[in-house]
Amino acid sequence: MTLTVTDLAIARGGVPVLEGLSFALQPGKALILRGPNGIGKTTLLRTLTGLQPPLAGQITGAEDQIAYASHSDGLKPTLTVVENLTFWASVFGTYEIQPALDAYALNDLSDRHAGNLSAGQKRRLGLARMLVTGRPIWMLDEPTVSLDRNAVQMFADAVRTHLGQGGSALIATHIDLGLDGEVLDVGPNKAKPKPIDDFDGGFL
Amino acid sequence: MSIAAKANALWEYANPRKFLATSERVMPFFWVSSLACIVVGLVWGFFFTPDDYKQGSTVKIIYLHVPAALMAINCWLMMLATSLVWLVRRHHVSALAARAAAPVGIVMTLIALATGAIWGQPMWGTWWAWDPRLTSFLILFLFYLGYVALWEAIEDPDTAADLTSVLCLVGSVFAILSRYAVNFWNQGLHQGASVMRAAAVTGADTEEKVSNIYFYPLLLCIIGFVLLFIALVLYRTGTEIRARRVKALLARERVNG
Amino acid sequence: MIALLLRDLKLAFRAGGGFGLGLAFFLIVTVLVPFSVGPQSSLLSTIAPGVLWLGALLACLLSLDRLLALDWEDGSLDLLATAPLPLESVVTIKALAHWLTTGLPLVLAAPFLGVLLNLPVPGFFWLVVSLLIGTPAMSVIGTFGAALTVGLKRGGLLLSLLVLPLYVPTLIFGAEVARRGATGMETQTPLLMLAGITAATIALLPFASAAVLRINLR
Repeated sequence: MTLTVTDLAIARGGVPVLEGLSFALQPGKALILRGPNGIGKTTLLRTLTGLQPPLAGQITGAEDQIAYASHSDGLKPTLTVVENLTFWASVFGTYEIQPALDAYALNDLSDRHAGNLSAGQKRRLGLARMLVTGRPIWMLDEPTVSLDRNAVQMFADAVRTHLGQGGSALIATHIDLGLDGEVLDVGPNKAKPKPIDDFDGGFL
Repeated sequence: MSIAAKANALWEYANPRKFLATSERVMPFFWVSSLACIVVGLVWGFFFTPDDYKQGSTVKIIYLHVPAALMAINCWLMMLATSLVWLVRRHHVSALAARAAAPVGIVMTLIALATGAIWGQPMWGTWWAWDPRLTSFLILFLFYLGYVALWEAIEDPDTAADLTSVLCLVGSVFAILSRYAVNFWNQGLHQGASVMRAAAVTGADTEEKVSNIYFYPLLLCIIGFVLLFIALVLYRTGTEIRARRVKALLARERVNG
Repeated sequence: MIALLLRDLKLAFRAGGGFGLGLAFFLIVTVLVPFSVGPQSSLLSTIAPGVLWLGALLACLLSLDRLLALDWEDGSLDLLATAPLPLESVVTIKALAHWLTTGLPLVLAAPFLGVLLNLPVPGFFWLVVSLLIGTPAMSVIGTFGAALTVGLKRGGLLLSLLVLPLYVPTLIFGAEVARRGATGMETQTPLLMLAGITAATIALLPFASAAVLRINLR
């Protein structure tokens, strides 16, 4: 399933941040999302995921295809690693969590409460969640925060495997993951202010 | 002009600039006429109608009580209508009009409650009775408070407009439910006494039972309150539109600064 | 759906889940009532149905601000919104979990607290019946309030301000059933009204809650 974005404009808190954005994300491909802080990368990912409506433009091929990893991992501190993963697996109707545990070396931690994990271990668990969703398109927002070099490698391998199985990924990151993905720099798409004498424009 | 074209012409006023221009033109008319109606109505009512044979001069508080109570309810209905327009057609002016009307509605409710208490003291010998009507207005007051508090609590203006609109819709249903519940509750409690009390209240409270001498000045006061309400809401909506514009300009300044 | 329900129940029973807080609050409020109004058993037995209903309502209110806020803070709500589960089901399940962990224990505890307040013997049955029918509505209405205020810091007080007026019809009819039952009057009309309100809120309000939640998530 190809995710196609045509002439997209998005807003954060009612203020337009990006406009005129067009790209396609084909199966087996990764796109690395780049741009200065505050440009609207998170807003773009949330819009593509369907959490917020776009100001203008079309998004096709996104319906029920996307798994989203935000800054927070959606973990419950009083549940164990396995319980956390099992929950998300059954919400997405997949039920198979062993590959996810293997991919992020979580087997030794499986009975630990998520609240007792280190920041990096939590992040690994959060990323392992992407594997149990069974969704083909991954939206990853700064996925490598608080990961050590070893864990970054696990993540890169997991993405590579995912791409190899016909999945795709849109990754907002500033580090080099060693993936052969194209770079999507949204810097040039920064929304330009409307003319100031447009009274209705003053509402947006 | 066809009906559809007329309807389209009406929506043009949802344009903030057009709304401001038009409201500024018509507002003086509403201010002057409302003031005239209320002054004439009150003077007529207070000084040129006889005292009631049973209630004495206390009956004359009706000229403030009834119009305020009517507007307290109509204000909520107006907010309901404008909230629906916002949810369906996304006209910012509509949402802002609802926001602008709420404090006016609160004041009207308070006037109705206060005048009711002042009237109740000589009539029933108590400032407050848990009469169904009074109780309903108290509950309405609580709904207004929640609505305004929600507007104040949310920073993003569109989110605030959406959430308050849904609250207004849901609140309307529950307000009607509460009205019936309260009716049932008080009758259920004091079956014997409430008939007398309800008659005493409703007897003076509905236009049908008010004789003609009182009715015409009362009607004038009601018209005056309606016009006053329109003037206040137009005025306050204008303020909200400007405040909103300033906020938007500041936000843009921050982003592009 | 079952997974979500089981998770919420598990979370409530684990350490720090807050299960039992509502019950303890209900107990304390009931104990404080005789201290404030005096120990005359005739007075207590008159006000017992109303006091117990109000206590249950406040105990219910107490746990509402955790209902969605925790899932909001740790990002679960974002993820649930992108899951195959419709948000309407999510809020319904959340309300059900809230009722099972807060409402139902209150219903079961109410008769014991009724003893403390000299509740007349015929009143026990009607108290339990009215609470059993009324508390689900309180959970569903509370979920709507929680969805409205989920993105706000210090939304707890605002939540009470928004939810309490919506509780008025349920409280009136529910307490009326309990009060009438305690004095041996017929209870059919208020009971039907109470059941009607509960059924209607369960059927309709989740749509409003989900709509409001979508607005808050964007």
